[in-house]
Amino acid sequence: MTGLALAPRNTLWSRLRRRPGATLAMAAIAISVLVAIAAPLLALRDPFSGSAASLLPPLSPGHPLGTDHLGRDLWSQLVYGARVSLAVGILAAASAVLIGTAIGAIAGYVGGVLDNALMRLAEFFQTLPRFVLAIVTIAFFGSSVLHVIIVIAILSWPQTARLVRAGVITLRSAAFVEAARLGGKSDTAIVVREILPNVIAPIVVTGSLDVAAAILLEAGLGFFGLGDPNLVSWGGMLNQAQQYLRQAWWMSVFPGLAITVVVLAFNLLGDALNDALNPRLRDAP
Amino acid sequence: MGPHELALLTLRRLVAAIPLVIGVVVVNFTLIQLAPGDPTTALIGDYPAPPGYVEQVRAEFGLDRPIPEQLGRYLWQVGHGNLGYSFAHRKDVGELILERLPATLRLMLTALAIAIVLGVGLGILAARRRDSPLDHGTRLFSMTGYSVPEFWLGQILILVFALGLDLLPSQGARSLRAPPEGFAAFLDGLRYLALPAFALSLRYIALISRITRASLLEVMNADYILASRARGARERTVLLAHALRNAAPPIVTAIAYDFGFVLAGSALIETVFGWPGIGRLLFESITRRDYPVMTAILLFVSLGVVLANLIADLFHAALDPRVRRP
Repeated sequence: MTGLALAPRNTLWSRLRRRPGATLAMAAIAISVLVAIAAPLLALRDPFSGSAASLLPPLSPGHPLGTDHLGRDLWSQLVYGARVSLAVGILAAASAVLIGTAIGAIAGYVGGVLDNALMRLAEFFQTLPRFVLAIVTIAFFGSSVLHVIIVIAILSWPQTARLVRAGVITLRSAAFVEAARLGGKSDTAIVVREILPNVIAPIVVTGSLDVAAAILLEAGLGFFGLGDPNLVSWGGMLNQAQQYLRQAWWMSVFPGLAITVVVLAFNLLGDALNDALNPRLRDAP
Repeated sequence: MGPHELALLTLRRLVAAIPLVIGVVVVNFTLIQLAPGDPTTALIGDYPAPPGYVEQVRAEFGLDRPIPEQLGRYLWQVGHGNLGYSFAHRKDVGELILERLPATLRLMLTALAIAIVLGVGLGILAARRRDSPLDHGTRLFSMTGYSVPEFWLGQILILVFALGLDLLPSQGARSLRAPPEGFAAFLDGLRYLALPAFALSLRYIALISRITRASLLEVMNADYILASRARGARERTVLLAHALRNAAPPIVTAIAYDFGFVLAGSALIETVFGWPGIGRLLFESITRRDYPVMTAILLFVSLGVVLANLIADLFHAALDPRVRRP
């Protein structure tokens, strides 16, 4: 785990590139991010504006993926939905990683009673049923993208915290850390500048997997009718598709495929990063 | 392991679970306290309640008292099984949940059984033929299974098997004309169970097969496997009697850990399939702003997870003598 960040970046890149799954995953992520950014250009019309042309099947003139029960264009909704899924997924995972890194670093570096208490807390949070707790919290506090991000972040930090703690504990008495300490560096500087750069590998891996989990959780909330009412989301689209399964399979198939592809991409990327960054497995067949 | 030892271990783990249980209740209490508006709304729900009842709840939970005392009273009430009253359902919340519990358990345990059989089976096959097309196929399958939103899979299964092929029913737990009991009723129930149970299990087939494969490959390099092979044991014996037994603890732990996720997933699946369980109840209580039902379900599900972890610990200890003593 130690020497990873010291390896030149291009070797990681080339190790990743050698895995077809990773290349595919990165391409899928890049495309979905571009789609989310360029949504206003790609959308054919306002995703909220209905028309009399309701429940049109895919490949209808002007509606490549068809329309929903209110005559809204499915393609335009899908394109705008990418914004919510990716924004929530990436921001929630990034916040979870930040919280987890801070807590894990403090626990590992300070040790003792504080370490024990923080790790018990992490264990407790891992026991809590994330999805049900997220549902109840959002139902209480009202639905907005910000609330969803905060709730997912608060429920997702323990994994990162445990990994960072483990990394910090193995490194805190390493020679280069001792050297920095003797050089008069403060504890904060030692943790942030000397130790953390060397535990970045597992953080990146869980970060990627966290994005996938966060997107799934957000979709589940949307399906439960707890998505932001002012935005189009893939989960929300599936919530509406449920009532029209008999009449309009396309309302269910396309948003679900979109979620699956993006989540699969982040899971594959995390997996490939894990293989590429894990020195124990690096030379394994 | 002798009965005495087992009893002692059970006791020790039970004691260790107490802080978790209290923590779960405290989380519930915190949510009710932090919820916007008056805690009485969070305790009663956004439903017209008789004014006398509001006063009763205020007194029972000591809502005019300082926070620590409120927490104490909340723990006391919940500890005595007082989960509140649902005015939307005109029923005691505890009663309401117990009524819906059997349907959820039936769905969950079926899904879990499917996941264990197929997951462990696939994992063994993949580990035996490492790097074969079967192994790579299993890996891809498990990656995909892990990424598909289960409720969407449910919709697709309905589209294909219920609406398209007209093979299986898509809504509810039994048909209206089904006989009340006997083999015919059982078969009828199975037909309704098939799609939701499979939709719920896919994610766990994926997870369990991955862990089984990894865990088996890890122990396959151990000396005792080599020794057993050297003694001329058949590959089947080596695999089932030695490798699988030693690979089992992480698999069991993973299954128990997933239990909470299966519960959560069943909330979504029940909503897709109109399954009359706790998940459906949770969905209904959101639209009705029936807060006491929501917090009670959260409490129930959390306690279910704590219990599942406890059972996993005991299984783990029974399988692996090394963890019996601290």
